[in-house]
Amino acid sequence: MQEFIQLTVAGLAIGSIYALVALGFVLIYTTVDVVNFAQGDFAMIGAYFMVTCVLSWGLPWWLAFVISVVLAAIAGVVFQLLIYQPVKNRPRSFVPILIATVGASIFIEQAYLIMYGAVPYQVPGMFSVQTVSLGGITLYSQYLAIIVITAALVVLLSWFLEKTKTGLQMQATAQDPDTAKLMGIHTAWIAALVFAISAGTGGLAGILVAPVFNVSISMGSSIALKAFAAAVVGGFSSVRGSIIGGLIIGLVETYGATYISGSYRDAFAFIVLIVFLVFRPYGLFGEKTSDKV
Amino acid sequence: MIKQFLKFSPLMLFFAVVPFFLPEGRAGSYYLTLMILSGAYAIAALGMTVLLGYAGQVSLAQAAFFGIGSYAFSILAVKYGQDFWLSLFGAVVIALIFGALIGLLVLRLRTHYLALVTIGFQIITNLVLNNWDFTGGSDGISGIPRPSLFGIDFMSDQNFYWLTLVFITLAAFVVYRLRYSLLGSTLLALREDEIAASTSGISVVAAKILAFSVCAGLAGLGGAFYASGSMYISPNVYTFSQSVTIFAMVLIGGQESIVGTILGAALLIFLPEMLRFLHDYYIAVYGLAVVVIILFMPKGVYGSLASGAEWGWQKLFAQRQTEIPTASTVQQAPPEKAAVRSDEVILKISDLHKYFGGVKAVQGVDITIRRGDVVVLIGPNGSGKTTVLNTMSGIYKATRGEISFCGHDIVNKSAHQISRLGMSRTFQNIRLFAELSVIENVAIGFYPKATVGVVGTLLLRPKGLREDRQAEEKAKQTLLLLGLDRFHEKAKNLSYGEQRIVEIARAIISDPEILLLDEPVAGMNREEKIRLSGILRTISGMGITILLIEHDMSFVSEVSTYLYVMDYGRLISEGVAREVLKDPAVIQAYLGGEIEDA
Repeated sequence: MQEFIQLTVAGLAIGSIYALVALGFVLIYTTVDVVNFAQGDFAMIGAYFMVTCVLSWGLPWWLAFVISVVLAAIAGVVFQLLIYQPVKNRPRSFVPILIATVGASIFIEQAYLIMYGAVPYQVPGMFSVQTVSLGGITLYSQYLAIIVITAALVVLLSWFLEKTKTGLQMQATAQDPDTAKLMGIHTAWIAALVFAISAGTGGLAGILVAPVFNVSISMGSSIALKAFAAAVVGGFSSVRGSIIGGLIIGLVETYGATYISGSYRDAFAFIVLIVFLVFRPYGLFGEKTSDKV
Repeated sequence: MIKQFLKFSPLMLFFAVVPFFLPEGRAGSYYLTLMILSGAYAIAALGMTVLLGYAGQVSLAQAAFFGIGSYAFSILAVKYGQDFWLSLFGAVVIALIFGALIGLLVLRLRTHYLALVTIGFQIITNLVLNNWDFTGGSDGISGIPRPSLFGIDFMSDQNFYWLTLVFITLAAFVVYRLRYSLLGSTLLALREDEIAASTSGISVVAAKILAFSVCAGLAGLGGAFYASGSMYISPNVYTFSQSVTIFAMVLIGGQESIVGTILGAALLIFLPEMLRFLHDYYIAVYGLAVVVIILFMPKGVYGSLASGAEWGWQKLFAQRQTEIPTASTVQQAPPEKAAVRSDEVILKISDLHKYFGGVKAVQGVDITIRRGDVVVLIGPNGSGKTTVLNTMSGIYKATRGEISFCGHDIVNKSAHQISRLGMSRTFQNIRLFAELSVIENVAIGFYPKATVGVVGTLLLRPKGLREDRQAEEKAKQTLLLLGLDRFHEKAKNLSYGEQRIVEIARAIISDPEILLLDEPVAGMNREEKIRLSGILRTISGMGITILLIEHDMSFVSEVSTYLYVMDYGRLISEGVAREVLKDPAVIQAYLGGEIEDA
């Protein structure tokens, strides 16, 4: 029982990380209709900013945290200007965008390899105590931090999307970019904002997971692929869907690796993904759409 | 066919003599090994040309199929001591089966969802290769043999390289043959518009499975050559990033070009060598190069160079000879069927219902159409006319009701089956295969008439070649009959009216029993309308029964022999035009009146 609870907390924590990155996919996809295969690299970028801030500059954790998230968000804006804007109007544009984002992902990872080298970095977590004991069960403090911060962010983001003017403009752009433009919404600015938020949440995910996984150039792509699965499970259409999808993937993976096979750890997410895509391609919360004739 | 394929011979000749120009000694043999590996990858990339370039399906699992080919070959050859040729055959077949299964699995998926499943398959395959004892785990398999045939020993790199070239040529031929056959045109149709493809009698399921099988089969062939060429394999060759590399080979070649793909494969295998002076920066530069190529060369490196060269050629020597007969000089083709109106009922819809969730779009419609009729279905916007048409042609599943067509119960049959029974249609918002030429668009409509299968097509059975020619001839005839002669223009470059004509030509090339037209004159000017009513008379004269949806009342009165009127999903009137148009219920539906319960 104790092991099961520990695994559940670990699964929810890692699932929260997938959820944050999945959230980025979904926001970009619903607003500008693009699947960004470099999404995971924002997590890596965020984590490396943290490395620089904490290990090189010796900044306090909280300050480093804020700076890193902001810098990751800025990286997102630069990314959308360089990669998304030039290709967005091409016919069947998802193929060039897919490959451009894959190419960009290769470039970003290799650029970081050159800058930071292949040896992984260890960064401190949010708390100086490693573990806490709750009723005889020992839990990693960082796992709890991940879960709490993710929950807080989801509440904040939902409020932003539902209640603020800018959030509603984003939703309007998602519904119909042309009409949104006619209504005076600056859609180019909205696109930049969406990439900034997505990269910011991605960066946040990387920073939160850094003490668990260590910071390396491969961390982004492995998180990204699981986050894709999470987004699909959630239906690729809503904040709620990506969070629940992320948690499901995190739990399935953690339980599967412990109870079934550790060496196939990475396969579980994809088995869930394939099962969903074949039997329920619109996910748990997605709307079933059909082609308009 | 063979003659046209010979245009690749300079390229193959060039590659064949390359070994004579390599430096002596170790450097030379190193380059030769790279050439062999490029060849193996080129074969796999040609598979992607079919899947991505022709069929428009995204797969990031080509390295997995490549790996399945390599492992199947090596296990057959090393563990079971089978002969080279049998192992090679086994590798292709096993990879092909996996491809067909994946094709079946992803039938309903498109775009990035498709990309995701293939990534999943890629990663799972790699995990299995790494962890399964049978495949040698992370150590892989060594001691993989090379063949000998007719006393020629292919142990030497040079001979093996030439053998690889022979198989690249074979693979290129398969791909080329697919591109210019009726069978292959179903893949192009799939890429351009699945719905239009299925209403033209193409089974989307069959086309997808064909594309995935050919793609995976060629990957398996390439994988076998990779294994035999390098004589040692391990799982780290068959990774996701390798799949991206193979994808990039095709993109650099410009997606659809065979020559481009082969050169793309060679380029990406040799690029590390050329960029070796960059040391650690190599992969970063590679990633950047991929981005730059995508952003600035939409047709790929080779495609951009080739179209540049073509442009220059045309500037210098442009005197394009057009010997296409103009429409006015061509005699009208004789009608195939006698133009008779008869009392034979060819289509009968009884009590048709179609609900979308709570929206009752069609609720209890009965329509009877007799051979030779020109039946028009009218009604205000949103009255359910197009839904009736879509349910008839198999795009929607009926909620309830019966449709019998020429003695077949067609309710809930799939669109391509219904099309093959002789029901053709056009769409309200024209659905053409935009990137294909006018003649290709129309010839695709002939595909249901083709009888030669995959094997017959690839083995160049005369019947297949004859059918391809027949389709082209018939397409030309049909287009001329409708007064259009811009055969080789891309469909997307035509005017709206011309596109409409191409769509009609595509629908009637298969000599259907009935033609369904959804608002054919919408958006047309007076001249175009007159031209279209002439076309409808011609089609009717060919013995094809017509059902059309229309709003233009003068047009309706002119062409119709019988009229049905719909409002709120029900029929409100029927009869000949001059009577129905006086019916108070019809006038009220169109011009409004007291609101009453429907």
